[in-house]
Amino acid sequence: MDALVNKRIKQVLKGDQNAYADIVNLYQHKLYQVCFRMLSNKQEAEDIAQEAFIRAYINLHSYDQNRKFSTWLYRIATNLCIDRIRKKKPDYYLDAEVAGTEGLDMYSQIAADGQLPEEAVEQMELQDRIQYEISRLPDKYRSVIVLKYIEELSLLEISEILDMPLGTVKTRIHRGREALRKQLNNV
Amino acid sequence: MKMCPSQFVNYMHEYLDGDISREHEQELKHHLQACQDCQQHMHELSDTIAFIKSAAHIAAPPSFEDKVIKRLPKRKNSVGIKRWFRQHPVLVAAAVFCLFMSATLLGSFPNDDQFSVTKQPNLVVNGQTVIVPAGEVVKGDIVVKNGDIVIEGEVDGNVTVINGNYMASTAVVTGQVKEIDEAFGWLWYKIKKGFSDFTNMFE
Repeated sequence: MDALVNKRIKQVLKGDQNAYADIVNLYQHKLYQVCFRMLSNKQEAEDIAQEAFIRAYINLHSYDQNRKFSTWLYRIATNLCIDRIRKKKPDYYLDAEVAGTEGLDMYSQIAADGQLPEEAVEQMELQDRIQYEISRLPDKYRSVIVLKYIEELSLLEISEILDMPLGTVKTRIHRGREALRKQLNNV
Repeated sequence: MKMCPSQFVNYMHEYLDGDISREHEQELKHHLQACQDCQQHMHELSDTIAFIKSAAHIAAPPSFEDKVIKRLPKRKNSVGIKRWFRQHPVLVAAAVFCLFMSATLLGSFPNDDQFSVTKQPNLVVNGQTVIVPAGEVVKGDIVVKNGDIVIEGEVDGNVTVINGNYMASTAVVTGQVKEIDEAFGWLWYKIKKGFSDFTNMFE
């Protein structure tokens, strides 16, 4: 598949806009899914995923063809999602530093502001419930959890996508799992 | 809260990431057999992962691809040209070379307005017009620059007129008659000459 993608990319670089349609076709579902899981809103997810493809098109000449195209694409999309999330939120989320696992409580308390009543959560369909729980995760854990368990990417790939050391990715996944566990057992 | 050392929770996560060492795994196993709380913790983590993994795949809306393609910016022409330049340096170099070469070729085009004519004994020169009088026979070639030629008699040779007109009604010219009056003609003449010189080099 990588060979095909690289061929299409070369065609696009030569000015063949139609070749880009194939690239969009190949990755649209993956990218849309990441955006939706991150943003929990269909309209926003579509906007951001489209924006990601357009940015990739504009900056295609800067893509290094020796690396995996999907990694590059995911990176553009996750950055756009994180930007969007930050614009929507008050900044105390960013300032809250988590030291050790105790910090998790603080995060989940803040996240709990938008919490639904227990009965409402219990009556949710499984799929809605999953998305609800993901949306309650602090965004730095949300991105790693989505990439790891929804997109099923390796830790190494996630560290490339998010441009952070492998150790940081692991820490965030550990804390993300703990945060999710607490969310699920509180109900 | 648990009283167990926190390393066991770390081991659990190492285990879940699939990069736990053999020793840590042994330690964790022994501990889990002995500690109810940690066993519970491990269970909850596994359940959490199973829960999140049961998320259904989400597909992009059907019109997604079309919308992206419609929103793509049209490539500007200048960008395309620049890119083309960058990708074909040899062609660009060749084009620049040709440009300079043609400039030198055109530069050697006789743009001095001086009138000149090949000396022949029985030619009559009237201002800028060369006349071969009726009844006369000119033996040899005639080259006229920046002037006209009127042939009323006979020429036994080639007639070449550069930047001028060849006027003949009843003339008899045994050789070729050539009129070269525009830059392109001159260029063509030079190129033909250059090409024959070039082929001569290999012979």
